[in-house]
Amino acid sequence: MIIAERKPFDELFEMIRPYDRILVLGCGGCVTVCCSGGEKETGLLAEELRLACATHGLTKTFFEGTLTRQCDPEYMEEIKTPLDQVDAILTLACGVGCNFVTERIKERRVVVLPAVNTTFYGATEEQGVWAEKCVGCGNCILHLTGGLCPMARCAKNISNGPCGGSNRGKCEIRQEIDCIWAKIIERMTELGRLDELEKIEPPRDWSKTRHGGPRKIVREDLKL
Amino acid sequence: MKSGSNLEQLLARGEFVVTGELGPPMGAGLAAIEKKAEFLRGHVDAINVTDNQTAVVRMSSVSVASHLVRLGLEPVMQMTCRDRNRIAIQSDLLGASALGIKNCLCLAGDHQSFSRAGKLLGHPGAKNVYDLDSLHLLMTLKTMRDENRFLGGDPIEEGMPCRMFIGAAWTPLAEPIPFRVIRLGKKSRAGADFVQTQGVFDVAQFAEQMKKVRNRGIHEQTAILAGIIVPKTAGMLKYMNKSVAGVTVPEALIKRFEGKKGPEATAEGIKVTAELINQVREIEGVRGVHLMAIEWEHKIPEIVTAAGLLPRPKIES
Repeated sequence: MIIAERKPFDELFEMIRPYDRILVLGCGGCVTVCCSGGEKETGLLAEELRLACATHGLTKTFFEGTLTRQCDPEYMEEIKTPLDQVDAILTLACGVGCNFVTERIKERRVVVLPAVNTTFYGATEEQGVWAEKCVGCGNCILHLTGGLCPMARCAKNISNGPCGGSNRGKCEIRQEIDCIWAKIIERMTELGRLDELEKIEPPRDWSKTRHGGPRKIVREDLKL
Repeated sequence: MKSGSNLEQLLARGEFVVTGELGPPMGAGLAAIEKKAEFLRGHVDAINVTDNQTAVVRMSSVSVASHLVRLGLEPVMQMTCRDRNRIAIQSDLLGASALGIKNCLCLAGDHQSFSRAGKLLGHPGAKNVYDLDSLHLLMTLKTMRDENRFLGGDPIEEGMPCRMFIGAAWTPLAEPIPFRVIRLGKKSRAGADFVQTQGVFDVAQFAEQMKKVRNRGIHEQTAILAGIIVPKTAGMLKYMNKSVAGVTVPEALIKRFEGKKGPEATAEGIKVTAELINQVREIEGVRGVHLMAIEWEHKIPEIVTAAGLLPRPKIES
């Protein structure tokens, strides 16, 4: 899933300061699962903002709502607050939701603001701990690396690791980060496939990543 | 000859080679470079010029290496993958070759987070590149030199070849230790004519790794120069043992520095360095040493004298 973290409250408070009527809009997708932008967090944020405005003597109106997902057109209709009564939408969805809502809302003077920092594609390692596992590079090589990704999980995205900075299974940049190449070697050994790592992986074609410009997939078989 | 560099010629002649290192200044002057270079002249066969080591901004390795050529010295230009993509790397290689630089050492490069250390602010918020990894960089140099074309396939213009004697780094004693020999083999196949290793203090363990290297015949394809870091104090050795990847310092060696300060510690450092040089020299497949004096370039003459490495062999021009 996409992992996001709520921005610090002070930053959000400054962000909404110019607007009087604000819709705080949650998302029922990834940000609900990673507890940063679901219905619960949306309610809490709206309440925190109301309180802070009362403390600072500011008169603002906050509306609340949570869409099933903010990245699909069919759920845009779930916005119940009439947008002609709103100056800004503060979305707790990931960056995708913020972009998509911006592009889709008919009330073009409404500003859409991000309440979270969208951080990575990750998994829940344990309650309250998420870690990056994929970068969406567009050209998956996990079958070559024992199912563990050096593009996402090596600080230098090295294709032929480990680098000289790998030390006792840890990354040179921070001791708490596992050297993913040490893990890949461990896994390939476990599978009896270590000899496959003798092969030199050629330079990557980054055009399939964001370096090739914004990406789009068109599936003709699914189009209506 | 692949590039005809002094280093290549001496290795071809079977000489035991000595390389040194020069860290470029954090400023736009040449005097500091010239001062350091003069300590190395006549005492080493080639001089590594580091490429923004520890990700700290310094004068570029291409320009410093080019200046060494003007001074009549032989540089080993270091190049990392951290700051340049394949376009900039190949462009710099053309320039370097045209300016008379004949050796290039291919590295991934320290992560930019290293740049904030001690009193330095560095640029930990910099964006890194790593378009290529160090093996890809070796392949790039080899493609340009041996196939006279760029990595993308376009030909290099006629009569303007880019010839480098290609180097790589090797960390023989960092975990996972068995894989380090495999990775050295990959670097050798990718194009490494020579490697310089991370600093060796544990000679016995290094000798074990070298045995595995010989079993694979890697030493016949790639000349291995053992890295020697000049030890200065017990504190420095303890720090390196704990924090530097792939550097293990035997307890007995640390003990030799305990209680020693100033000139006494310096003398011990020079003595230990000379001993290490002569110990690694005995290992079959070790074709030379790479001396890392780390801001102690002025001690190099004493060190090579103590190690019996003088006079350095002459090159017929």
